[in-house]
Amino acid sequence: MAGFLVNASLIALLALIAILALRLHRLFAVVMLSGAFSLVAAAQFVVLDAVDVAFTEAAVGAGISTVLALATLSLVPAEEKPHSISLVPAFLATLTGLLLAVAVSDLPDFGDPKAPIHNHVAPEYIIGSEEVIGVPNIVTSVLASYRSFDTFGETLVVFTAALAVLLIIGGYTRTPKRSTKVKRKKKGSQDAG
Amino acid sequence: MQDDVVIRVVAKVMIPAVMLFALYVQFHGDYGPGGGFQAGVIFASAFVLNAVVFGLNKGRHVWPAKYNLIGICGGVLIYGFTGVGGMVLGENFLNFNALSADPIAGQHLGILLVEFGVGLTVAAVMVMLFFTFAGRLNHIRLLAKSDAHDRVVASKKVKK
Repeated sequence: MAGFLVNASLIALLALIAILALRLHRLFAVVMLSGAFSLVAAAQFVVLDAVDVAFTEAAVGAGISTVLALATLSLVPAEEKPHSISLVPAFLATLTGLLLAVAVSDLPDFGDPKAPIHNHVAPEYIIGSEEVIGVPNIVTSVLASYRSFDTFGETLVVFTAALAVLLIIGGYTRTPKRSTKVKRKKKGSQDAG
Repeated sequence: MQDDVVIRVVAKVMIPAVMLFALYVQFHGDYGPGGGFQAGVIFASAFVLNAVVFGLNKGRHVWPAKYNLIGICGGVLIYGFTGVGGMVLGENFLNFNALSADPIAGQHLGILLVEFGVGLTVAAVMVMLFFTFAGRLNHIRLLAKSDAHDRVVASKKVKK
């Protein structure tokens, strides 16, 4: 019962924050709410015993992305432009949500030992993590040893994304002062012509 | 925020603690929650906090731009060479059993190296992202100012 209450209040808080973030027009408040959303989601992950995921969500979602969004805020106006609700996307989103809610009823119960996902390779990982690899944290042994190829791929994705960012906005040669001079000269030559 | 004494003093106390916590998460990932990715983000947040509180220029002094590529590429290379090391010693790519005489010790060493590579790459990428985006802000503001100046100059010319 206590577990149900905790889960229900966390989910209700998540929904409340999401609706508030949609309704508010002050962008600073929206950024703060998205950080709060990440923190509440991290708490939900802790309740679901996914401590590593909660850790990542708190560090990335509530930490770094909030800082990047705040940096963006210093460039844009403080208020969002008012806009009306468009019906077709609202209908599609509601329909998808309803379909997902129907699909959830087909999922096995949370923590069900007979669920297919717990009977494929998971038993081997749980035994092997202690005996073959000797690492108490099963998440680390799966992530770094059993699924080392996947983690290498993920690191390469981060690497490639960073290179793309550096190539697009990493270095700029056009300084503002020079560009105004060039523009003025061009305009001057047009006037003369 | 450079003028606020409270924020400056608290940041000076917090930054070493944040970095120490990142190292704990990095090297304690075998036994508790955490690992390279989380540790990298936490380590980077110490540099971001430093840059936010003490200004971008002082932040760049602590983390020069040349560290970006060294960290990003170095982490991936450590990961890859750990895998190749297993291959050279007669196992499959990214199989750490052969890295030491005892397979379990080999697995420990391999996991430690691989997690360190992930942490190095992620930390460098996060710091690079912040400095690149924050460095653009002044540039974009200057461009907007010079564009506005151009418009004023152009309109004056039209009036003449």
